[in-house]
Amino acid sequence: MSIVAPTIASSKPASVASQAHASFPNAAPANDPIAPGRWEWLTVRLLETAKGVVPPVITLAILLGIWQLATSSPGSSLPSPTTVIDQTWDLIVNPFYDNGGLDKGLFWHLLASLKRVALGYALAAGVGVAVGVLVGHSVWAMRALDPLFQVLRTIPPLAWLPLSLAAFRDGHPSAIFVIFITAIWPVIINTAVGIRNIPEDYRNVARVLNFRGFEYFGHIMLPAAAPYIFTGMRIGIGLSWLAIVAAEMLIGGVGIGFFIWDSWNSSRISEIILALFYVGIIGFCLDRFIAVLGKLVTRGTANG
Amino acid sequence: MSDKYLSIENVYKSFSRGKEATEVLQNISLGVARGEFISLIGHSGCGKSTLLNVVAGLTPATSGCVFLENREVNQPGPDRAVVFQNHSLLPWLTVYQNVKLAVDKVFRRTKNAAERHEWTVHNLELVHMEHALQKRPAEISGGMKQRVGIARAIAMSPKVLLLDEPFGALDALTRAHLQDQVMQIHATLGNTVLMITHDVEEAVLLSDRIVMMTNGPSAQIGSILDVPLARPRVRLDLLADPAYISSRAAVLEFLHRRTRFVEAAA
Repeated sequence: MSIVAPTIASSKPASVASQAHASFPNAAPANDPIAPGRWEWLTVRLLETAKGVVPPVITLAILLGIWQLATSSPGSSLPSPTTVIDQTWDLIVNPFYDNGGLDKGLFWHLLASLKRVALGYALAAGVGVAVGVLVGHSVWAMRALDPLFQVLRTIPPLAWLPLSLAAFRDGHPSAIFVIFITAIWPVIINTAVGIRNIPEDYRNVARVLNFRGFEYFGHIMLPAAAPYIFTGMRIGIGLSWLAIVAAEMLIGGVGIGFFIWDSWNSSRISEIILALFYVGIIGFCLDRFIAVLGKLVTRGTANG
Repeated sequence: MSDKYLSIENVYKSFSRGKEATEVLQNISLGVARGEFISLIGHSGCGKSTLLNVVAGLTPATSGCVFLENREVNQPGPDRAVVFQNHSLLPWLTVYQNVKLAVDKVFRRTKNAAERHEWTVHNLELVHMEHALQKRPAEISGGMKQRVGIARAIAMSPKVLLLDEPFGALDALTRAHLQDQVMQIHATLGNTVLMITHDVEEAVLLSDRIVMMTNGPSAQIGSILDVPLARPRVRLDLLADPAYISSRAAVLEFLHRRTRFVEAAA
């Protein structure tokens, strides 16, 4: 009993323990009946956390070890982990410095990249959902647009950059356009699939209630398609982050992509590695952010 | 035109796929009085659901008409609320919100916000679901979902309540419990009800008249049985009631005679 109870409702250890106490008065130990349950709960939680944390930590340690061994010889072309930390220590501890121009801390570079992604991605999500709803809802829109989308979405993000530079004559809007055009396809396609897959049951409910236009859109369409929409948005945010680094390498200015390119031109390999580390972490966070947002918005939708 | 409350007149329905057309319903005519409880019974695939969908306006009839209070109906609307076989609750809304959605739509102009809230809760109380207002459909049992489906339908104050095998997917005990609740609601509100079922006892217990349909394709109304049982009806008291027994026998005989007929023809 005392072993099973904490795992069933691990979020409420004390109440479970006291319930167990109430319903099985004879089973409770002679001394404090609540404390042992709490300790067991803590142990269980620690074990659960350890199960998730220990394996990746071990993997990371092994990889760092291999890296360290492979690059420890004096003539090595790449720096070892200790060299990287040694050479980039100033950048790590001073992410916020700003000496004007392009000589800024990593925080400012990342912020500039994130701003571009936020703008381009927000545009892509908005337009993508709207177009996706149209394509999913109207057979004729699908016939007219789907072949076009299937071709356009295969164009690599950077291939759009020269064209957008020609059109906008400025790096900043061009980068945002590249994000937009990269992220929009999965949003459109997934939204359309979600709209097309709205179960007949929900449509019938809407028809009996005479939902039309915006009522149907808001009450039935969007919630029913939300899991699909968020799948598309999650793919989209990943692609945006992939594209921004490449685009910034070419357009220059403040941004993590340009920081990497600039480091390469000045042969500061350690700084590139540090930047890659940040790019990876932020990409991961963006992905989790959309995933959690999707979970919050679509809670209940997936299981009918 | 007819003086009946709900009138189904010479309805034919055929589904065509390419050049092939399958006739599902053939010349169905039926008049239903206000407050009457009608069951449609027949073997599966005989077109009961198609007929219900025609009345609901979800499926257009190939020819023939449905009149409700002498006005033709040809599209769905909340005056003919449907309780779907698989409950069809919206999973992203709570029990309360599912009913409220319908109430808000139907009574947007005639009731204020507080009245709509009360009406929603009142209808959930009718099906004894007031304890689960904030639960989502995934968190309640199949029987409870169906009760919420019924609450949503009666909350629209429909002229006709259409039940599409509402208890088909439930276990016998839950089904009996819900049948009692539907009887109670029918007694209280006096709804006009059209219910599809394949359960003979259910049909006899609940209905004023049982419409028995022949096997499809080209299903017709084979026979209509009056159930001469006084209301309120009590399940256990009926078991030995001669009228109950003979009604039940009549339906069973119809269903089994027809089945044999089809087998002989095949």
